[in-house]
Amino acid sequence: MGIELTDITKFYRVGVEEIRALDGVSLTIGDNEYVAIMGASGSGKSTMMNIMGCLDQPTTGVYLLDGNAVQRLGAAALAQVRNERIGFVFQSFELLPRLTALKNVELPLLYSDMGFLKRRRLARESLERVGLADRMTHRPNQLSGGQKQRVAIARALVNRPTILLADEPTGNLDSKTTTDILALFDDLYAQGQTIVLVTHEEEVASHAKRIIRMRDGKIVEDFANHREPSPRVRAQELPCSA
Amino acid sequence: MFRLIRFPARLVRLLLASTALALGQIWANKVRSMLTTIGIVIGVAAVTAVIAALSGLQAKVLKEFETFGTNNIFIGPSRPETGPKRNAPWQTIRFYPDHFDGMLEHCPSIARFTRLARYSQTIRHREKTLENVTIVGIEPDWHVIESRSITLGRPISVIDTDHTRQVCLITPDMRDKLRLDRDCVGQSIYIGPRLFQIVGLVEKRVESSMFGGFSEPMEVYIPFQTAWQLEQPWMFVVASSASTDVSEEARAEARFFLRRQRQLRPGEPDTFRIEAVEQFVRQFNQLAVMMTLIAGGVVSITLLVGGVGIMNIMLVSVSERTREIGLRKAVGARPSAILLQFLVEAVALCFVGGAMGLAVGQALTYAISNIPNAQLEEAFIPMWAIATAFGFAAVVGLVFGMFPAWKASRLDPIEALRHE
Repeated sequence: MGIELTDITKFYRVGVEEIRALDGVSLTIGDNEYVAIMGASGSGKSTMMNIMGCLDQPTTGVYLLDGNAVQRLGAAALAQVRNERIGFVFQSFELLPRLTALKNVELPLLYSDMGFLKRRRLARESLERVGLADRMTHRPNQLSGGQKQRVAIARALVNRPTILLADEPTGNLDSKTTTDILALFDDLYAQGQTIVLVTHEEEVASHAKRIIRMRDGKIVEDFANHREPSPRVRAQELPCSA
Repeated sequence: MFRLIRFPARLVRLLLASTALALGQIWANKVRSMLTTIGIVIGVAAVTAVIAALSGLQAKVLKEFETFGTNNIFIGPSRPETGPKRNAPWQTIRFYPDHFDGMLEHCPSIARFTRLARYSQTIRHREKTLENVTIVGIEPDWHVIESRSITLGRPISVIDTDHTRQVCLITPDMRDKLRLDRDCVGQSIYIGPRLFQIVGLVEKRVESSMFGGFSEPMEVYIPFQTAWQLEQPWMFVVASSASTDVSEEARAEARFFLRRQRQLRPGEPDTFRIEAVEQFVRQFNQLAVMMTLIAGGVVSITLLVGGVGIMNIMLVSVSERTREIGLRKAVGARPSAILLQFLVEAVALCFVGGAMGLAVGQALTYAISNIPNAQLEEAFIPMWAIATAFGFAAVVGLVFGMFPAWKASRLDPIEALRHE
């Protein structure tokens, strides 16, 4: 199961020029993998992420998500796929400011066929899973950056998605909270969650078990990462000691 | 949308969630929402106040009609506009008492009737003289038809009419003007050259504030036969149908009877008029409904202006919340769910405006019902007007909220999340 991309292309037309954001990408991500997609801006990693997350559709190619072809679905069907199989974590959290943490986490379930009590229970469980059991009634402006991202992760996990897609999840966080969030991802991975992380930071990517590098809309490197992540503390100390 | 209809439970849940969300939005933007809904407030207030005023007027007029008795049928001579009698002299058109002999036997739907004769005369008691007093010749059934109580003495009886006695009923007003005793029964007054004995005091006609000119304050009632023998005055008939339901039958029977009595040939137009209050009431009701609809329709144009305000603010709201829309879509909101959310918000705004408008309309209604001499003291907002106002507000919300909501539902989630 998992994700199976076959010969995916994505072209944009800007004026007369055709931009090949993705140029024949094939990729398989199995269950319980921890993948980091890296690349410079313009390398196509965001486009790939959008297609994987069913926010966007490829120009050509076949995308099997859990064995179902999703590359030609309509907007409503895609929304349902996102609702049931995808969890998103964004760089800027994207929490709704007027809702409590619990309500924010509950949001995806509003768009499913779930009753009130079940929604509440799942949202609660999800928040407990990211260690925010004591922050359920707080609003985003009462939470720190790291807590906000935890809420966002809880929201992404609440519908038990096939894949957790994280787009630069630590981009807006300081190094201490980055470590926390990455530790959380490690935990989730250990619990069997498939995680796809888009980042340009080596440090972040080093937590993943598989690293994919992209350039000009093509995969240029795809290798297993056996290296244990270097302790963050040491990395921080380096510039000082040098 | 199909999916939504297939899952009514989800639709209800989504509606509830959207409503909660919409009310939260409105509460969070209190000032803005207030300003936005002013158009709706004014529209609903104006519509309900206008309807209230017209309904009040209608209620008032109907009440006035009722003072005449809704069962009553007026029968009077009338020269036809066509046919051989169109230039006939009035002497051949006018009624004579014997035209109505046997009417009750031939018209089962008519319960009773009275011949009436009117002429004017000077009346005198000692040195007090009253000129141009209307003398009305009545039959005993008049008392039942008019239902005016006799406060002193007795009514005109069959014996009075049969024997053409020179007796009369006067009103308390008249008694005071003529400086009669308080208990004037048994005293005599001159009507013209003849002496009439007062047998009773009859209560004044219920003063109608709208048809004030209609009522004659100075009236003296004498037996019909007496009046006829003395003056042979202009006469007409007031009949009373057995009930309001048969007033139509009563008119038809009276017409058939009179045509025969007056020997009109088939095809010849009537030489009389038969009019029922009930008929006026029906016509007036139709008129009132039309007037209310037209006025309500004209005023509801203000609601459309209010709707433009709603559309404007909804467009602002959609563009302000582009990221939110993007996020909702990313976590699985279908376009229809987003559409519903914004539609519900627009309708909720309109409902809030509608409720405030209703309150203002109620205040306006109270105000106009207290304008002196405006005949609007009966003004009230009927239930159907409240329902219509809210219905209209909902329609305005749906119509003017549709475009912004559609815009929101069509947003591309990637673009929306990248917004700003």
